[in-house]
Amino acid sequence: MIATRLRKGGSRSLDRLFPLILLPVALIALGPVLRLLLEGVGLGDGLTSEHLTTVLTREGTRTALLHSLVTAGGGTLISILIGASFAFLVALTDIRGKGALVFCLMVPMMIPPQITALAWMQVTGPSSVLLKMLGLAPPLGSPQPLHSPQGIVLLLGIQHASLVFLTLRAGLRMIPADLVEAARMCGGGTLRVWAQVVLPLSMPALIAGAAMAFVTALGNFGIPAMLGIPARYSTLPTLIYQRLVGLGPSVLPEVAVLSLLIGLVAIAGVLAGRVVLSRGGFGLVGLSGTPLAFSLGRARLPVEIALWAFIAMILVLPLLALLATSLIPAYGVPLSFETATFKAWHEALLVQPVTRRAYANSLFLAVAAALILMAICLPLAWLMERRPSRITRLLDGLIDLPYALPGVVLSIACILTFTRLPFTDLTLYGTIWIILMAYLARFFVVMLRPIQSSLAQLDPAMEEAAASVGARLGRRLRAIVLPLAAPSAAAGAILVFLTAVNELTVSALLWSSGTETLGVVIFNLEDSGETVMASALAMSITCLIIALMAAVQLGARHFPKGTIPWQS
Amino acid sequence: MAELSFSGLTKRFDGHAALDRVSADIGSGEFVALLGPSGCGKTTLLRLTAGFETPSEGSVTLGGEVMTDATRFIAPEAREIGIVFQSYALWPHKSVARNVSFPLEVRRVPQPERDARVAEALALTGLSAFAHRMPAQLSGGQRQRVALARCLVFEPRAMLLDEPLANLDLALRASMQEVFRMFHQRTRATMLYVTHDQGEALALADRVAVMERGRIRQFAAPEVLYREPADCFVAGFVGDGAVVSARACEPAPDALRIEVLGCRVPTRTNTRRPTHASIRPENIRLSHDAPLRGRITGCTYLGGRFRLTLEAAGETLTAFATQRARLGETVGLTLHDLWSFHDPEGEVLMARAMAEA
Repeated sequence: MIATRLRKGGSRSLDRLFPLILLPVALIALGPVLRLLLEGVGLGDGLTSEHLTTVLTREGTRTALLHSLVTAGGGTLISILIGASFAFLVALTDIRGKGALVFCLMVPMMIPPQITALAWMQVTGPSSVLLKMLGLAPPLGSPQPLHSPQGIVLLLGIQHASLVFLTLRAGLRMIPADLVEAARMCGGGTLRVWAQVVLPLSMPALIAGAAMAFVTALGNFGIPAMLGIPARYSTLPTLIYQRLVGLGPSVLPEVAVLSLLIGLVAIAGVLAGRVVLSRGGFGLVGLSGTPLAFSLGRARLPVEIALWAFIAMILVLPLLALLATSLIPAYGVPLSFETATFKAWHEALLVQPVTRRAYANSLFLAVAAALILMAICLPLAWLMERRPSRITRLLDGLIDLPYALPGVVLSIACILTFTRLPFTDLTLYGTIWIILMAYLARFFVVMLRPIQSSLAQLDPAMEEAAASVGARLGRRLRAIVLPLAAPSAAAGAILVFLTAVNELTVSALLWSSGTETLGVVIFNLEDSGETVMASALAMSITCLIIALMAAVQLGARHFPKGTIPWQS
Repeated sequence: MAELSFSGLTKRFDGHAALDRVSADIGSGEFVALLGPSGCGKTTLLRLTAGFETPSEGSVTLGGEVMTDATRFIAPEAREIGIVFQSYALWPHKSVARNVSFPLEVRRVPQPERDARVAEALALTGLSAFAHRMPAQLSGGQRQRVALARCLVFEPRAMLLDEPLANLDLALRASMQEVFRMFHQRTRATMLYVTHDQGEALALADRVAVMERGRIRQFAAPEVLYREPADCFVAGFVGDGAVVSARACEPAPDALRIEVLGCRVPTRTNTRRPTHASIRPENIRLSHDAPLRGRITGCTYLGGRFRLTLEAAGETLTAFATQRARLGETVGLTLHDLWSFHDPEGEVLMARAMAEA
């Protein structure tokens, strides 16, 4: 052993030290969630269930829980309708322009929910600039129809339709064509084949996608906050927000219980989805063959027109309305060639200190989160792939948790953990660092999965060849693994950036004066009636997001399969 | 260059022994082929030598220095052993020249010397014109030669080649064999060459180790393997022909006579108690009047001669003939220059090999 260490101390000891990065990773990613669990059982107050019982028996809690379940459930139904129709048509038929269609369907998911809500509010309601231009606006004083449970359900449904779409499309691609051909040979017509073969076989994927949509809708804060708070309609996330903002950190133990409650519902949803998916995938594995393809025949053009019309309605229409609102000089003024102005854009992007600060904060947070996660995830993914152990497998299983849990849950967990750093008197609460920590925990898996999949596809002989010509571990990682995993790391970084730059749910609870993020500022501007400026800011962010998505799309062929979520 | 030796080398995966107490010594500058059917443990032996696996028992020694045993383990990067992978394992993000210069970069060889050595290695493998290509722009044979150049450029103490020709088409294989032979003659590197193709092994190697079920069954020069196989497995696996049971007759003063296929014939042997004989096609002479009769069941033209399959005394034999024979025809056979050996487990082994084939 001594001889070994003398000869090759560097390489061997690096190999031994390497697993130590698991510790900070586990602490950052899983520590807050664990801390929250402990709070629920009354840690610090001498293990009491007092908070638990008071909060759970309160009338407001039950109403909010009911509202959460109703809106998330209703939203899921709409998501299924939209997502499943698109998935069946895109995956199984011969319509043209599938790539563009899928890209457009993905945009609503990448646009932050508060912007979606803001944009839709510019489509409907009495002060809609777009409707006024067309002379269709309802009379002044009539209510905004979206400020209602129905409005929340509709927008949640549109926002998360792509989750159902992606899961179901992946499932449909697994169905071998010969199953359908066999059904045809037995004399089944298209409709019968679809109802009796394709639909039952795709059920598991559909249910799993629906579970994901449900969990995401449950945790959505932006839409119920923008639409529900004016209508005094609280869901669990908005209830937590309102209590914490209104009463301050003294209500922490109470909101901890609320967030545990919503966390439990979410985990139940996630587990249900996983169980269904793992059962359903079973029977079809191993069957090869070309995937299904139905020909639509003469119906193709009408179907294509219908799909694009739908995209126009859920994507182009709200964005146009948002754009129209951002171009008027003041709220209430109609838009025409004479009145159109970039004053709000100028104000939002260049003049107002709050919005400029928010841009700086959000860009800093997104870039920092992307870079730090890239630096951690590259060695971590290598460790998980090449040196698997029980610990790495456990981490692999739990790392999804901070991302799958609703954002408010993670926020509360972070406040609990970082308000007084363990073993010190330091506090991160009120600084930008607590938001960064929360982002690191939340987006860990967004970065890790693409890198993992690219390393899994990398021939181990590449590294062995480098070892045999004399390169030590550090050199091998730098010269061989890093360059080869770089494209997917870049894709992961862009995804983290995209998700972080317009994040609202986490930062809504963690911001303070000076550390506002873009999501928070849009929300606050709209809240204080600055709709025009909020629209300009939202529109600028939307352009940034679509440009980044397009950049990823253009680089798609450089990334390994499975790196980009909207491609497969 | 250095000699390589294995002593009692055992490797178990989940209790199953992939290598079972393998011992062998390979001389400095020797070209040794590891030959065997898939799953015989030859690649495991190669990976243990390279240091990608650790042995369960036993040791690997290179140039008198223990590479790995129960207490020591020298990492692959410190062994100075080059390896050419079946998949070539060229780094796709580096050009041909950068692939070849990487081993020198790792060793901090100064730039001018590095460039000279890379150019020399590329010239030796006939790749000078491709220095700036990326691996994706090369053909299979060219990739193979880049892998070879990358390996030889740092003058390793030993070179390992893992089925290097398995992914190439037949014509390329022949020319690459030439490259390997020429290469070995020039560098006199100690080479360990894994293959399942006996033609490759017999054509290239100084000595061939025939492996089966994690053990070396015979380790000898190609002509010895062919003319004097140690047991039924080697006799059946290497070369054409039949393995039949044999029994010693009364010992003659000069050479042993055995009874085989109902005939008594003289034999070459290394034992007093032979159990089997190896009958190669060239050991059978066809004649009209010989007492041993064989019925022709197959006739294949090989170019210049015919290969006959014959049924004689319940065994299937192969023989060469100068002219085409009719199926079903009966001919007389004379056996000469047979090799017989002692292998009591032979029948069992052959049956097992057939069952697994």
